[in-house]
Amino acid sequence: MIWLTWRQFRGSAVMTAAVLAVLAVALGLTGPGLASSYSAGVADCVQDDTCGRFYDRFFDDHQLPFLALTLVVLLLPALAGLFWGAPLITRELEAGTHLLVWNQSITRRRWLAVKLAFVGLAAVVAACLCGLAVTWWSGPLDKSAVPEFALMAPLVFGARGIAPMGYAAFAFVLGVTVGMLVRRMLPAMALTLALFAVVQLAMPLLVRPHLMPPVTSTFELGEANVGGIGVERDEGQTLHIVLKQAVPGHPGAWVLSSELVDPSGRAVGGDGEPGGITMSTTSGPCAPSGGMEMCLAEVNRLGYRQRAAFQPLDRFWPFQWIETGIYAVLTACLTWLCFWWIRRRVS
Amino acid sequence: MTSVLQAQALGKKYGRRWALRECTVDIPAGHVVGLVGPNGAGKTTLLKLAGGQLEPTAGGITVLGGRPAAGPAQLAKVGFVAQDTPVYAGLTVAEHLRLGARLNPRWDDALARERIARLGLAPDQRAGRLSGGQRAQLALTLGLAKRPELLILDEPVASLDPLARREFLQGLMEATVEHAFSVVLSSHLVSDLERICDFLIVLADSRVRVAGEVERLLACHHRLSGPRRDPDRLSAGQQVISARHTDRQSTYVIRTDAPIHDPAWTVTRLSLEDLVLAYMDKRIAEDRPVALEVR
Repeated sequence: MIWLTWRQFRGSAVMTAAVLAVLAVALGLTGPGLASSYSAGVADCVQDDTCGRFYDRFFDDHQLPFLALTLVVLLLPALAGLFWGAPLITRELEAGTHLLVWNQSITRRRWLAVKLAFVGLAAVVAACLCGLAVTWWSGPLDKSAVPEFALMAPLVFGARGIAPMGYAAFAFVLGVTVGMLVRRMLPAMALTLALFAVVQLAMPLLVRPHLMPPVTSTFELGEANVGGIGVERDEGQTLHIVLKQAVPGHPGAWVLSSELVDPSGRAVGGDGEPGGITMSTTSGPCAPSGGMEMCLAEVNRLGYRQRAAFQPLDRFWPFQWIETGIYAVLTACLTWLCFWWIRRRVS
Repeated sequence: MTSVLQAQALGKKYGRRWALRECTVDIPAGHVVGLVGPNGAGKTTLLKLAGGQLEPTAGGITVLGGRPAAGPAQLAKVGFVAQDTPVYAGLTVAEHLRLGARLNPRWDDALARERIARLGLAPDQRAGRLSGGQRAQLALTLGLAKRPELLILDEPVASLDPLARREFLQGLMEATVEHAFSVVLSSHLVSDLERICDFLIVLADSRVRVAGEVERLLACHHRLSGPRRDPDRLSAGQQVISARHTDRQSTYVIRTDAPIHDPAWTVTRLSLEDLVLAYMDKRIAEDRPVALEVR
């Protein structure tokens, strides 16, 4: 049975292996250079305290491959579900060959078990290799990324560490299950893609923020968490403060909410909306002649703070394990459904 | 004699429609059984139930004394060539034999190779490029080399041209003589079955109409024609299978074990095709819910 599974699967397996090998070689050749230019840059900037600017420049320079690789790791599980999962059973059903193979001296369950284990394992291994290689390559960039692409940010988190393995296993078994229920290849592929996309969106939006209770805290305003200060020209009595999705002292944290609160603790702005503060912007510390630091010191003195809920960076690996575990449980449930269904309903 | 297939009030329902119902039949071993009936009569359903691809909705079925597809041992005893004789288009002929060898404990590799060579199939040819007849022969080879005790074939020749059809059935017949196994094959054409079957099951409207050995069936069914007469005036023991009347004349197909003495009737022997058609006749079929067993 393993021979037959390999014989049917070897074409796409060899092709995938070749693509992954090319990717691995490209990463292996460019990775060390990237790491050394990062450490050289950090050694330079530490001396004159300009690391913020170095990070911005370094990340800007390599943003394109960074995003492309992240996308590859995010797409790989979907492709496994689409092109390995969905056709696994439907191709047999459409050609009628299931009737040939199910009438050899091998039970349907054993046939399904070998197919699921063999191809599913290949999907997980591919996602694992790809995920770990990209995690290694992106190391310097993850350390210098802007908050939107920090390691804990929804887009990047799913393309690092071990989570892609969970996604790949789930997407593959989802494809097999949908294929078994729909019984036709193209609709099964479309439905697999749609369902997987929904799950992949629901996870960071609805589930992941609550895997552990977020840390809630208030911070003084400063360079780390204020994106910009604006004044209204006509009146000159209102100061607008735009907060960043970042908190001071926790680089790389995933900020779930960030509000500007007044001395009484009432939110006056945040989460993208600028917060307005009534104070003179024509004279005093926030006059155009003064600097941003002086103005923020005055705002802090008046009692304005940032109130933020966030998941700190040191929760990266716990989150990776929990999320991979959740996908492993989903995969197990779908696998069970497959075995139940092939016994009861498919013929 | 032992049975290869026993069904007790067997039924299968798809949604709200019965594909097969109240099927009670007992097929003794050592026969080539023809399962005949119009399209949609439930032939494929019965064969799939026997092969274990379907689970019955009602009743029970045992094949060679075991539940169909209960385990590897049961699967090894039953060969199944599905409708349209599916094969893997991407695999070569040799790879199909390898598949059979890997998945069947009783695989007869010499038989398979010899058959492929005799048919003139190139081992390195992809199955997707074979003609319909060659594909059917490849599927039959897989079924035969498995060395089953019962080989089930579902409309194996339906899509073949007359020559390929004859060659296929010829090959099947030679194999049954050589290796002594039971065969159940279905067709909607009696002419296909006439040459090779010695046991017949007629299925119509998802019910078994008649089942029995061909010789016995032909011996106890007769066509009577004569002056017009109502069915209730036939002698006792003469069971009406079909009836046709004109103003002056009546023609009956009847079943009886007793000799027919009434001089008013002209008695003729039925061909197998006539017999099958008589049982498929719907007008009488409605009043005859119980399948007839002829032993």
